[in-house]
Amino acid sequence: MTEPLLAARGLRKSFGAVAATDGVDLEVFEGETHAIIGPNGAGKTTLISQLSGRLRPDLGRIVFTGEDVTALPEPARARRGLARSFQVTSIYREFTALDNVALAVQAHAGHSFRFWRDARAERELREPALAVLEEVGLGDRADVIAANLAHGEQRQLEIAMALATRPRLLLLDEPVAGMGVEESQRMVKFLATLKGRMTMILVEHDMDAVFTLADRISVLVYGRVIATGRPEDIRANPEVRAAYLGEDEAC
Amino acid sequence: MRLAPRTLALVALLALLAAVPPVAAALGQPFYLDLFRRIMIFAIAASSLNLILGYGGMVSFGHAAYLGVGAYAVGVLAHHGLTNGFLQWGLAVGASALVALVIGAVSIRTSGIYFIMITLAFTQMLYYLGVSVEEYGGDDGMRVKTLSQFPGLLDLADPAAFYYLVLGLLVLVLWFTGRLVRSRFGMVIRAAKSNEARTRAIGLSPYPYRLVAFVIAGATCGLAGALLVNHTAYLTPEFMNWTRSGELMFMVILGGTATLAGPLFGAAALLLLEDLLQGWSLLPQWVRDYWQLYLGVILVLVVLFARRGLAGLLPGGRDGDD
Repeated sequence: MTEPLLAARGLRKSFGAVAATDGVDLEVFEGETHAIIGPNGAGKTTLISQLSGRLRPDLGRIVFTGEDVTALPEPARARRGLARSFQVTSIYREFTALDNVALAVQAHAGHSFRFWRDARAERELREPALAVLEEVGLGDRADVIAANLAHGEQRQLEIAMALATRPRLLLLDEPVAGMGVEESQRMVKFLATLKGRMTMILVEHDMDAVFTLADRISVLVYGRVIATGRPEDIRANPEVRAAYLGEDEAC
Repeated sequence: MRLAPRTLALVALLALLAAVPPVAAALGQPFYLDLFRRIMIFAIAASSLNLILGYGGMVSFGHAAYLGVGAYAVGVLAHHGLTNGFLQWGLAVGASALVALVIGAVSIRTSGIYFIMITLAFTQMLYYLGVSVEEYGGDDGMRVKTLSQFPGLLDLADPAAFYYLVLGLLVLVLWFTGRLVRSRFGMVIRAAKSNEARTRAIGLSPYPYRLVAFVIAGATCGLAGALLVNHTAYLTPEFMNWTRSGELMFMVILGGTATLAGPLFGAAALLLLEDLLQGWSLLPQWVRDYWQLYLGVILVLVVLFARRGLAGLLPGGRDGDD
């Protein structure tokens, strides 16, 4: 069996007396779309934040592309190819969409101690940025100030920023949260185009999105992974049904 | 090239400043030369603060420290008979950069109210150092008998020559700042101000960029300090008083943060108002006697009704950042 692209072992993170993740093991392989589902408060965002480096786990280790990254701060992990989107849209609101993505391209291009040339006139930043915007379907919105984009467009922009850093692994924290039906269908369709060529960890409440996109699913309940497997196995798993899916007949 | 109204206003103001010496001479009012030179020196200092406060989101409440370090570098060397301008100003800029490096290295690890308090505390420390060193006049300060010497190049004792030097340096600082904030480096500090979490998530650690911006701002303000002590020909720890830091902050906010023109607009507005309210003979005595009160009222009104400062009243350029 091949080495996983990302392997987390025994991740534990407590906030006071509450263990938000309580010994999480997770393996994600190159090219797979791995969904993480679980009820509210199961520790999904805490898990994503530990993987991205925003939070430091109390216990456990994280290996990414064969390197132990547990102690690496978030920017260093991002430069190694871990990109994320946030549950609450996180963009540069007062910059244009193109500026937003160009900053991500710039971050990936290495250090930014260049003091003289106009960054907005640099073709090596603008052209790749525009290409990514076009890829996510925002090509004609490049010059719009990000704050003035529709909610769905802002979510797309955030994914464009993550893609612009040329990641090895994309951490998506509820990419369709707060979207209307149409917007969310468009987003799922777009993510489906990334499937296979991009490794993704997808945290999502929208079960249509999860079962459309995921190759494998891990179910997180009270900070523990209670099951990992293919979508049909997860659907059939009695423990999962009891803990989570069973509560909602629609699933 | 089409210039935005805000940029045009900046260019027009600089052109007006260039016309001050001949006009003041024609009117026989050398006082105006002095006033506008002072305005430009403070515009340089405020501009340096704007780089970190406006563009970088680092609310430094201790920027007068560098005004003081720059002034002391010149004054102390002069006191010991070293009057070469290049040496003095070089030390002013170098020492300010070093002090900014130390203060920045500690304070940039904090944010919000802690950042404000730490920068203030460092500056108070330097202020009390200045007050306590009797050799250099203690809290009375001391006269600087010989201005910085630039033999064969320029004589600062010639008011017009000094004036145009300050104007030239102001234009340089504005030009440099304009380039800086549009460069990759500038985009990073502005991005870190806009959304730090996002900046870290795309792979940029804000700290080193903020620290370098802090050092550039300190060094530039140190130059303003060297100019200021030559302007007053008097060295005093009052240059580092916390109220001075507040004034610089006010100039930036009044003029419009994160705009190129803002600090100059703010410095001009604040110092001209101060001067008018104190000295304009058409104003009734009861206004002139309590001028600070009326200045306060005017400032409150400006901040209330021009939220984005004076520069914000005029449309900016394409990216809205000049």
